[in-house]
Amino acid sequence: MATRNKIEIQRLNLYYGAFHALHDISMDILDRHITALIGPSGCGKSTLVRSLNRMNDLISGSRVTGSVRVDGEDIYAAKADVEKVRKKVGMVFQRPNPFPLSIFDNVAYGLRVAGVKNKSMLQDKVEQSLRAAWLWDSLKDQLHLSALTLPLDQQQRLCIARLLIIEPEVILMDEPCSALDPIATAKIEELILELKKNYCIVIVTHNMQQAARVSDYSGYMLLGDLIEYDDTKKIFTHPADQRTEEYITGRYG
Amino acid sequence: MMRIPAKVNQAAAATVMALATLLTLAVLIFIVVFILEKGLPILSRTFLFSVPRDMGKAGGIFPTILATIILPLLAIALALPLGVGTAIYLTEYTRESRLTRIIRFGNDCLAGIPSIIFGLFGFLFFVTLLEMGWSLLSGGLTLALMILPTIIRTSEEAIKSVPTSYREVSFSLGATRWRTIQRVVLPNALPGILTGVMLGIGRSIGETAALIFTAGSSLRLPQSLFDSSRTMSVHFYILAREGLSTENAYGTAAVLILSVLSVNAVAYYLMHRYMKKNA
Repeated sequence: MATRNKIEIQRLNLYYGAFHALHDISMDILDRHITALIGPSGCGKSTLVRSLNRMNDLISGSRVTGSVRVDGEDIYAAKADVEKVRKKVGMVFQRPNPFPLSIFDNVAYGLRVAGVKNKSMLQDKVEQSLRAAWLWDSLKDQLHLSALTLPLDQQQRLCIARLLIIEPEVILMDEPCSALDPIATAKIEELILELKKNYCIVIVTHNMQQAARVSDYSGYMLLGDLIEYDDTKKIFTHPADQRTEEYITGRYG
Repeated sequence: MMRIPAKVNQAAAATVMALATLLTLAVLIFIVVFILEKGLPILSRTFLFSVPRDMGKAGGIFPTILATIILPLLAIALALPLGVGTAIYLTEYTRESRLTRIIRFGNDCLAGIPSIIFGLFGFLFFVTLLEMGWSLLSGGLTLALMILPTIIRTSEEAIKSVPTSYREVSFSLGATRWRTIQRVVLPNALPGILTGVMLGIGRSIGETAALIFTAGSSLRLPQSLFDSSRTMSVHFYILAREGLSTENAYGTAAVLILSVLSVNAVAYYLMHRYMKKNA
């Protein structure tokens, strides 16, 4: 199947009040691939990923110029429907953040706020999503338990299941493993590689090995600029920019 | 200057704090025991369930119990939606600005106004101007105004204490602001909001000054919200001040204290059960 650009970012600038956080970023993101954003803390990688589903709208004083097109439609256009954008471009956060509800109610959340009341439909969809996040077999008998009782890696996969139920097309992941130990991280990475078959995935990571392990393309960011964006193999073996090389060889970051 | 050794210092601090706690507890126990000792012997089925006779010198206190149930409930029914609505608006729909600070300051000032002033306002506005007369409705509206600032303040704190990450997740799943408030913010703020409700009910049950001028002091069984009726507090006040019957005053006080304690106990129990279910 021919892959195509799922997201096209053109000359994106983002300001928090007077602070210019993203400088003229342009990049195309391929569908059914994993694109990693790497760079030192404060480089703007989280800001960039949060501007892809307009989560930055929630921060007072944030302002955007340029465009982000998802399937050709500018999500910053005046007529864009923010809720619809966020359903299409879903997000997994840094810390596992289930609601203080049962496992079932957590997963069903997205459908319920969309007005779905049909019980058997909710049950089917919850099962599907939990299966897709590899949680069904271990949790199917305890769906009524509070999600907060689960270990962290299961909580994070639950958050992924909670996202999958609203059938997004893009999954943004903002350092999804930074709160997890190496074994739990490995499980999540395996899941991410599986999800790639059906979704366009953008992952922000602090962990360069992780970017090298899972991603197809990598973008290196520094102080609000996208320094280099290329095939992951190339970024990690023959980076074109000296600053990228210094970062991936651990000279700073 | 002589330095006090750290150990002595620690022990002294712990003792002083323990004494303070003990004293508080002792005062509470003393009041409750004192009232119950004088009041409990008066209590009987007739005292609880019959109407007063001879200005309250004889007979029971049934109408005042009824008014003590109706008035706080009416006040909460009016103040809760208004107060929670205001709190939601201030926390979820506005950004922190000069205007919200002024609203908040005004609200805090309102909370500090003596209840007799609310009584006077209720009398002039509801009883006289709106011609509601001395009635449960006038009294309930006045009480609602009186407890509104507390409800707003506690609801606001409760809503603010709901983690931002819950809202973020909800928005990221395509929920609108209102859906997020309904599904995530309010359920998680509920224990805190209930605290405000309990404070409001407690204040309403004990209120006298705001009610004498608004709900009046009729001893008859109220037939509708437009009838005047006196609460247990008002009844107690009149019995004691007019020197009508000290025994019946203590009896009324005992019922009043027992109802306040049981309302608090039930609220405490419900809150714990709710928090456990959601932990």
